[in-house]
Amino acid sequence: MALRPLLTRRTLASASGFSSNGGITTSFRGLQTFSLPDLPYDYGALQPAISGEIMQLHHQKHHQAYITNYNKALEQLHDAMSKGDAPAVVKLQSAIKFNGGGHVNHSIFWKNLAPIQGGGGEPPKGSLGWAIDNHFGSLDALVQKMNAEGAALQGSGWVWLGVDKELKKLVVETTSNQDPLVTKGPSLVPLIGIDVWEHAYYLQYKNVRPDYLKNIWKVINWKYASELYGKECP
Amino acid sequence: MATSTPPAKLELRPPPYPLDALEPHMSQNTMSFHWGKHHRAYVDNLNKQIVGTELQGKSLEDVMIRTYNKGDLLPPFNNAAQVWNHDFFWDSMKPGGGGKPSGELLKAIERDFGSFEKFSEEFRSAAATQFGSGWAWLVYTVNPRPSDGKELLVLKTPNAVNPLVLGYTALLTIDVWEHAYYLDYQNRRPDYISIFMEKLVSWDAVSAKLEVAKSRVA
Repeated sequence: MALRPLLTRRTLASASGFSSNGGITTSFRGLQTFSLPDLPYDYGALQPAISGEIMQLHHQKHHQAYITNYNKALEQLHDAMSKGDAPAVVKLQSAIKFNGGGHVNHSIFWKNLAPIQGGGGEPPKGSLGWAIDNHFGSLDALVQKMNAEGAALQGSGWVWLGVDKELKKLVVETTSNQDPLVTKGPSLVPLIGIDVWEHAYYLQYKNVRPDYLKNIWKVINWKYASELYGKECP
Repeated sequence: MATSTPPAKLELRPPPYPLDALEPHMSQNTMSFHWGKHHRAYVDNLNKQIVGTELQGKSLEDVMIRTYNKGDLLPPFNNAAQVWNHDFFWDSMKPGGGGKPSGELLKAIERDFGSFEKFSEEFRSAAATQFGSGWAWLVYTVNPRPSDGKELLVLKTPNAVNPLVLGYTALLTIDVWEHAYYLDYQNRRPDYISIFMEKLVSWDAVSAKLEVAKSRVA
């Protein structure tokens, strides 16, 4: 399979002229729809942990498809709600969970990653570092736990480090398909999510998901996770 | 029907054609990983899981149905079902495959779907819309018979679930886990599905399975 030329531009999505941060747009019917958020780094910036080819496909094809289908589902939901069509509203829930979840999860994922020059892989300090040591014993123990659960996940899904904002406790959870972390508990806030769908690693790591999991920690953006944790557990 | 004692250890069965035989539609590269790594791992891991348990020595189908446990899946189910599913998948394809079915199978498809084209559309749509990992199937059902009297159905299943544990007889399957198509088609699952229908599907195998299924009922 020939490698397509890698783009160094982060995204082509802003061609429509909509807002570039998280890409929320409002159509003439007052319905908020979404567009592909920019990556804060180039596609090749996470190499060799994650290949530029994967980053480009993952962002431009997979994430974009979730957004396109989420927008479609939202339009259909808007219609069904205006007509008071309850069966149609309920029937659309799975499309919303799949595609909306895909958009939510991937938006978090791009922030969870950073090039090494940008602090990727640098261990968390401050309150999050302390909480990890306190709860899991060490950062390494947390990594081993997340890698084990990520490797054992059957099919497609995510492995998460989250914080229960009510209990002020760190948790490791997995979710299936594109279910967001909140489906495992309404007070769970995602700090780090690792995509273990095969599209996230297959071109580079093939069937060896454990190698992908081992290597992704080199580009995990603990700065983002620490800031978020500090907000939830001041 | 002849019965034989199942072996103490389940073996990885090779596809009924060489690994490069489905080129260029399904590359040798894909087959070497899909069969050589994924399918092999399901077999090896299943054997490890059932050694020393009451499941050891049972047939693959037996292990699968027992560990399906009426939907409350036991740990070996994923491996057992995936072994079965992949055996079935290799059998669903052949070099120089594709085209249209004929004979009794075509008649049955036309009777239950209206036309081959309508069946093909429904099968492709099921394969394209199975969210996450899973499979799409053409199945034969007599018990329970659907209220509209149709014998053939298109189903889609998540992860390792298959029609056998749901009480149907499988006739044809396509694997839509991303590992089945990502090296050759990347995100373009619909392209993979089209090529599968046009160039890979073994209608001979499907016809043979329908014949067996009908003879069991007769």
